[in-house]
Amino acid sequence: MTPHPVLVARDVSIRFGGVKALTDVSFEVRPGELFSIIGPNGAGKTSLLNCISGRYRPTAGSISLGGRDITHLKPNKRAAIGIGRTFQNLALFGHMSVLDNIMVGRHHLLKNNFLTGPLYWLSGARNEELAHRREVEHIIDFLEIEAVRHATAGTLSYGLRKRVELARAMALKPKLLLLDEPMAGMNLEEKEDMARYILDLNEEWGITIVMIEHDMGVVMDISHRVMVLDFGRKIADGLPAEIMENAYVKKAYLGEDLPDLEEDAAA
Amino acid sequence: MATQAFRPCGDFKSSYAADQTIFPTAWSRNFCILGVVLVAAAPFLVDRYVLSLLIQIGYLGIAALGLNILVGFTGQISIGHAVFFGFGGFASCFLNGKAGIPPILSIPLAGLMTTAVGLVFGIPAARLKGLYLAIATLAAQFILLDFFGRAEWFTGGSNGTVADPVSLFGFKFDHDESFLYVVLFYVVVLYVAAANLMRTRDGRALVAVRDYYLAAEMMGVNLTKYRTLSFGISSFYAGIGGALYAHYLGFMSIEGLDISFSIQFLAMVIIGGLGSIMGTLMGTAFMVLLPQGVNFLARSLDGSAIDHALGLHEGLPFLREMAIGAAIILFLIFEPDGLAHRWKQIKAYWKLYPFSY
Ligand SMILES: Nc1ncnc2c1ncn2[C@@H]1O[C@H](COP(=O)(O)OP(=O)(O)OP(=O)(O)O)[C@@H](O)[C@H]1O
Ligand SMILES: [Mg+2]
Repeated sequence: MTPHPVLVARDVSIRFGGVKALTDVSFEVRPGELFSIIGPNGAGKTSLLNCISGRYRPTAGSISLGGRDITHLKPNKRAAIGIGRTFQNLALFGHMSVLDNIMVGRHHLLKNNFLTGPLYWLSGARNEELAHRREVEHIIDFLEIEAVRHATAGTLSYGLRKRVELARAMALKPKLLLLDEPMAGMNLEEKEDMARYILDLNEEWGITIVMIEHDMGVVMDISHRVMVLDFGRKIADGLPAEIMENAYVKKAYLGEDLPDLEEDAAA
Repeated sequence: MATQAFRPCGDFKSSYAADQTIFPTAWSRNFCILGVVLVAAAPFLVDRYVLSLLIQIGYLGIAALGLNILVGFTGQISIGHAVFFGFGGFASCFLNGKAGIPPILSIPLAGLMTTAVGLVFGIPAARLKGLYLAIATLAAQFILLDFFGRAEWFTGGSNGTVADPVSLFGFKFDHDESFLYVVLFYVVVLYVAAANLMRTRDGRALVAVRDYYLAAEMMGVNLTKYRTLSFGISSFYAGIGGALYAHYLGFMSIEGLDISFSIQFLAMVIIGGLGSIMGTLMGTAFMVLLPQGVNFLARSLDGSAIDHALGLHEGLPFLREMAIGAAIILFLIFEPDGLAHRWKQIKAYWKLYPFSY
């Protein structure tokens, strides 16, 4: 008997004018799972993540989290129910410091506001901020970005920015973390670091993760289960080993990537 | 707030509290304290004319800070800031004259009334962006200006309305020498408040909305709320600035609340540095001193060949407008980050001197 799924998508469809980005996609993610979504460019992976995070509203179908229907929940209400995400194209607050970026992740957990914040010392805002700062420092330690905590986010290298984005998503204490190509554009070393962070997040912090990633080596290595999308339709889902054996995947997706994969496995 | 602040090496913080202060270094804090002390000593050091300039920089600097929170920190735009400044002035006169509330209370109350008006005009701001928002705030400029002209019960119409001087326990702050302290008090309190806002939850949310609203929304920030709130805060500062102005002059009229005044507020924050709190004060000082500089120049050229050739005397008001326009353009081209940024670079230069590489 498998545990109750945390995330359930039922027949999710979305269209943009004539483009059917998603057609009747259903899947479930179980608590503590590291669930990967793969598929060629334009397959609808990001659109699916956007439906879960509330950025897009499905034209049909439903999505629920922990048994609660969230299909129509406002995007800004989703942090509080435990959904955090990173973006395919970096979406940091470029002019803010790394620390402030991460502190924005605490937004829904902080109580101080535009009246108590200005009274900093008198209203207790200072103590609250410092308490959260302490927790944020754990995340900073974990992701090894101590050296850049005061740097302006927009000035960092690509790999570091990806890490800061992960830190910001972690700061909101997500139950479900959505990662859109967390390793895209990274060199091998950065990829290995990122894979380790994601594994630790999943295993030690107990966060359920849904990840989109093109690097098949990493996906097959660290995922518990994998789902394949193509042209907005679900082709298959299952254990990594099953997905590797899937005829469609072998032909359409892994065909050209196969040599690459062996290299990764050897490394 | 000042995220790229220059930190000398060896300046390590040993606690998070020490790392969260308004001023990045002890030096910058002491510099500001020195500034406040000097202004407080000004009545004993300088003449009335200089005091009047300081007072002007004070009440305009408060209003300009509001605009910087809106434009610089939240990334919105307003071409109607002057009417909120005006509303604050009229509101305080009204509360003072018609309701008999002493200025010491009517000034903050006028700030709150202006906030309410700002929130109403801020509602469209939640839905509009860029050029459309600019036009919507332009509408606020014209609507409120028209209202001031018609609502004689509120503004005294074309005659204007009078205001009592600020008084506390029978002491009247009715001279430049004493009113300076009222303005100084408000400047310090409201600038510190803004700095605190920017290092706490809602201030960060405003900046997040500016930098990447989609990501901010994912972090739980309610975009509509914060875009509207920004207008409210901005109007509060404008209202307080306007109320101080009214009680300083003892009089408030519709005169001068036109769009060019709104543009001047924009010039202050652009020249000072968008998204810089102390820069706002520098930009305001620049805009207050610029016409004085132009006057001075015209006077020193009085009777010279240049004066005859250009007719400086008759053209003085025109010349001032030109200087403001030129200053904005030059800053946009050569110093888009404003005086605050230049100031940081000068500080960095001197700290590393003579090894500036
Ligand atoms: N906001 C939008 N407006 C119009 N079309 C869109 C929008 N978002 C996505 N699409 C379309 O939906 C399809 C799926 O896009 P999506 O970004 O979800 O693909 P993806 O699987 O994430 O691809 P990639 O691997 O390149 O990131 C594409 O054809 C895309 O053009
Ligand atoms: Mg994508």
